[in-house]
Amino acid sequence: MGKRIDANDVNIYYGSFLAVEGVSMTIEPNSVTAFIGPSGCGKSTFLRALNRLHEVIPGAYVRGMITLNNEDIYGNTVDPVNVRRTIGMVFQRPNPFPTMSIYDNVVAGFKLKGRSRKSEMDAIVERSLRGANLWDEVKDRLDKPGSGLSGGQQQRLCIARAIAVQPEVLLMDEPCSALDPISTLAIEDLVQDLKERYTIVIVTHNMQQAARVSDRTGFFNLQATGKPGHLIEMDDTTKIFSNPKEKATEDYISGRFG
Amino acid sequence: MATESVTPGRRDSMGLSGATLPRWGIPAVIVATILLTAALVAWTPIQGTAGTVLTAAVTYLVLQTVASSVVEGRRRATDRFVTSLIVTAFVVGVAPLVSVLWTVVENGLELINQEFLTHSLRNIGPTETGGGIYHGIIGTLEQALMTSLISIPIALLVAVYLVEYGGGKRLARYVTFFVDVMTGIPSIVAGLFIFTVWILIFGFQRAGFPACLALAILMIPTVVRSTEEILRLVPNDLREASFALGVPRWRTILKVVVPTGLPGIVTGVMLGVARVIGETAPLLLLVGFTTNINWNLFSGPQATLPTIIYDQASRPSDAAVARAWGAALVLIIIVMILNFIARAIAGLTRVR
Amino acid sequence: MSTEPGRRPPTEVLSPQGQATLAAPVGPVLAGEKSTRRGDRIFSGLATGASVLLLVIIVLIALFLFWKAIPAFQANTVNFITEKNWFPDSTPSVWGIAAVAWGTVLSSILALIMSVPVAVGIALFIAHYAPRRMASGLGYVVDLLAAVPSVVYGLWGLYYLVPHMVGLTNYLADHFGWFPLFYVGPDGTTARRTMFNASVVLAVMILPIVAAVSREVFLQVPTSHIEGALALGATRWETMRMAVLPFGRSGVISASMLGLGRALGETIAIAMVLSTSYVVSLHILEPGGNTIAANIALQYGFAQSIGISALIASGLVLFFITLIVNMTARWIIGRRAAFSGAN
Repeated sequence: MGKRIDANDVNIYYGSFLAVEGVSMTIEPNSVTAFIGPSGCGKSTFLRALNRLHEVIPGAYVRGMITLNNEDIYGNTVDPVNVRRTIGMVFQRPNPFPTMSIYDNVVAGFKLKGRSRKSEMDAIVERSLRGANLWDEVKDRLDKPGSGLSGGQQQRLCIARAIAVQPEVLLMDEPCSALDPISTLAIEDLVQDLKERYTIVIVTHNMQQAARVSDRTGFFNLQATGKPGHLIEMDDTTKIFSNPKEKATEDYISGRFG
Repeated sequence: MATESVTPGRRDSMGLSGATLPRWGIPAVIVATILLTAALVAWTPIQGTAGTVLTAAVTYLVLQTVASSVVEGRRRATDRFVTSLIVTAFVVGVAPLVSVLWTVVENGLELINQEFLTHSLRNIGPTETGGGIYHGIIGTLEQALMTSLISIPIALLVAVYLVEYGGGKRLARYVTFFVDVMTGIPSIVAGLFIFTVWILIFGFQRAGFPACLALAILMIPTVVRSTEEILRLVPNDLREASFALGVPRWRTILKVVVPTGLPGIVTGVMLGVARVIGETAPLLLLVGFTTNINWNLFSGPQATLPTIIYDQASRPSDAAVARAWGAALVLIIIVMILNFIARAIAGLTRVR
Repeated sequence: MSTEPGRRPPTEVLSPQGQATLAAPVGPVLAGEKSTRRGDRIFSGLATGASVLLLVIIVLIALFLFWKAIPAFQANTVNFITEKNWFPDSTPSVWGIAAVAWGTVLSSILALIMSVPVAVGIALFIAHYAPRRMASGLGYVVDLLAAVPSVVYGLWGLYYLVPHMVGLTNYLADHFGWFPLFYVGPDGTTARRTMFNASVVLAVMILPIVAAVSREVFLQVPTSHIEGALALGATRWETMRMAVLPFGRSGVISASMLGLGRALGETIAIAMVLSTSYVVSLHILEPGGNTIAANIALQYGFAQSIGISALIASGLVLFFITLIVNMTARWIIGRRAAFSGAN
C-alpha cells in the first residue's frame, strides 16, 4: 500500500493561460507531503493534476510527466477513471452525497466495481469508517443521511468514502479549512494514522498545520498575479521551517507575505 | 487501531492502463453498421426512411456496446451506451421541434408579401387566393397591448406586495402558492370564466376586450413570478439607504427598487406577452371571428392571427391552408422577436 | 448626517453581509409624517388589494363555473360521470364527461410517457454532455421552442405529422395489434386523425417545457458533488447516476407535472388534429376520442343554453384536474425564489 509519485517538469494550463510552470518533485510512499503557499499560487491546481481532475474543466490540460510507481498517469492507454480510483481526493468542503445514507456514501465508490455480497460491503463499511475514526460515532445510524452529520464528521465520512476504494494515494485539498479547531485536530491525527497505508499529499493554507502533520513540505509561489506558479522549494518539513534555502520561502514562513 | 485484512480479489490489480478502443474503433463500428443495415434492409421486410434510420440506430448501439464491452470492459461500455442513448434522445427530441419551425418557414414564406401583410380577407372566399392577414395583425397587436395594460399594473402590485410588504404574513403565503397554481390554468378555462362573467352574467356581446381579460388572467401569474424574482434580487442595501434618508416606503419602491429591477421586469413582461398572444382558445369563445378589419376592441368580433390560423386550417382548400401557414409564420416571428428582445435585455442588464 | 429636530439619527447596524449600514429611524417622525404614512397606507393597500384580487379571481372561477353549470346538471337525465355521449341540448338531455375526461387523461398520459424520457435526455445532454460552448446556445434554443404557440403545433400536426405517421401507425397495427392500445378493427386499417397522433403532437408540444425545467435543475447540481463522484473513479454516466440524477429527481418530477398540466389543458392542437367522437376506448390507432378542452372549443358554436352549461361543467372538471396536478407539482419543487443576499 502506498505508492510513490514523481513529477517532472509539469506545466498546467487553463486554456491558453499557464497556471503552473515547471514543477518537478518526488513524493515518497507512505509519507505525508504538504503544499503550502499564498492564495492562487497553483498548489491546488497542481494537486488536481495528480488525480487528473484538472482536465475535467473545459479547455484545461497538463503537460509534462507525472508517474505513479513509474507508471505515467497521463499515458495514452491510461483511463482517467482508473487513475482517480487509485489516487483519491478529499475536498475543502465536505461533500457527502446528500441523497444517500452514511452506509451508501461509504460504499458509493466501491460499488462501482460491481455487485458484492452484503457481508462484504458491511465489512468494507466498517473497515473504512474505522480507518477514518468515525465508526464508533455512526455505527448505530448507518442508514441516516450523510448530510445530517457535523462538519468534521462529514469530512471524515468523505475520507472513509475515499479509502473504501483502497487507493494508493490520498490527496487532500485544504481538508480542514471549513472545520472547527477540534475537528481539525481530529483530522490531523487521522492523517498520521492514514500514512501507514497510503501516500498522502495535503494542500494547506495553515503553515502550522503543515509543520504538525507533514514529513516533507513543498512551497509554491508566484512572482506576480497573472504569472504562473512555481515550486520554489521542497524539503523535509523540519528543514523548511527552521532553515529554508530560498529567501522567498523564509519570507513566507515568517509571515512577511502571504 | 486494528487493521483488518484486505479482501483479496477486489483490488484493482490491473494498474492504471485499461484497454481502450483504438482510434479506428468507432469508425469501424460505423462502417459495420452501414453494411449491416444495408443488408437488413435488403433482405428483411424493413423499409422506409423511418425503418432504415431506426435499424441503423439500433444496430450501431448494439455493435458499439459489444465492441466496447469486449475491448474496454463493462463500465466503459455502459458509459458509451448511455452517451449514445442521450445523444439519440437529443436528436429525437429536437428533430420534431426543428421540423415545426422548418415547415412553417418553408410553407409560410412564399405567402409573405406586401398584400398579405396589408390586406384583410374581406370578400375573399375560402378557396380564392389573395387577401391577407392585416386584420389579424391588428387584432393581435391591439389585444396584446390591452392585455399588457391590464396585467402589468396588477402583476407589479402583487409582486411588490409579496416582496416588500408580505413578509411572513399568511395572505402572502396563500398568494404565493396560488400564483404558482394560476400559471397552470388552462386557457380554455380562463376563457370560460370570462365568458360566464361577460356574456352570461352581464349580457355583453363578444368583442376583443373580454378576450384581453381572459388573456390577462393567463399573463398576470407569469409576470408576478418573474417580477418577484427580480425584485428580490435588488439588494437590501439600496432600500435601507433610501429609508435612512427618510424616504417613505412607497416612494422607495417606486423610485428606487422598481427602476433598479426595470430591465428584468421588462423581460418578464415581454415573455408573458409572447406567451399569451399565441393562445387561441379564449379567443374562440370571446372574440369570434371576422374577415374584416376591426379597430375597435370594445365592439364587434375581431380577427387575430391565432383564430385566422385555426379558421383557415380547417378549410379544405389549398389557398386557405397556405394562408394559415403564412399567418403562422408571422405569428411565430412576432413571438420570437418578443422572446429574443426580452432575453437580450435580460442578458445585457443584470441586477448586480 | 445632520439631525433635524424631531428626528432621531439613524443607528448603525450590521447587515447580514457584515457591512455597516444605516437602519431606518424607528419611532415617530415629525414633519411630513402624516402624508408619508398615508402614502404608504394607500400604496400598501393597493398592493394588498391586488393580491387579494388574484385570490378572489381563483375563487370566482370555481364559483361562477359551478353556478353556470348547474342548469346542465339539473337537466341531465343520466349520470354525468359515466355517460359518454354529448347531447345536452336534446330532449331528454343526455350528456356526460366519461368520454371527454377519458380522452383528456389518456392523451396527456401518453404524451407524458413519450416526452419525459426524451426531455430528460435533452436536459442531461445540454447540462452535462454537450461541449460547453454549444450548451448555452442549445439551452437558448430549447427555451425559444417552448414559446411556439399551440395553434402552430396544431397546424403542423394536421398537415405535416399526420400524413407522415401513416407508415409508423400501420407498422404498429400490423405487428403489435395484439396489444390493446394498438388494436385496429374491424378491417385493420389505421386512421389518420387519431388519439395516437394527437398524443404525439401533445408530446412534441410539452417537450420543450419539461426539457427546459429539467435542464435548469441539472445545471444546479453543485460542482462539489460531481467532483466527489469523479474523484472516486466514476465514469461520466456513473457520475450522473451518483450525483446528478438523485439531486435532480424532484425537479424532473415537477417538470413532468408541469408538462402534464399543459397537456391536460391543451385545446387547439387537439381540436385541429383529432377527429372527434365520444368513445371510451384504448384503441388509439382507431379514429375517435375527445378531450374536455377540445370538446368545448368544437361544440361551442353549436351549443344552446343547456349545452353551454354542460360545456362549462366540463370546464369546471378540467379546472380541478389541472389545479390538483399543478398544486402537486409546485409542492414537490418547493418555491424557487431568488435569494441572493438581498433578503
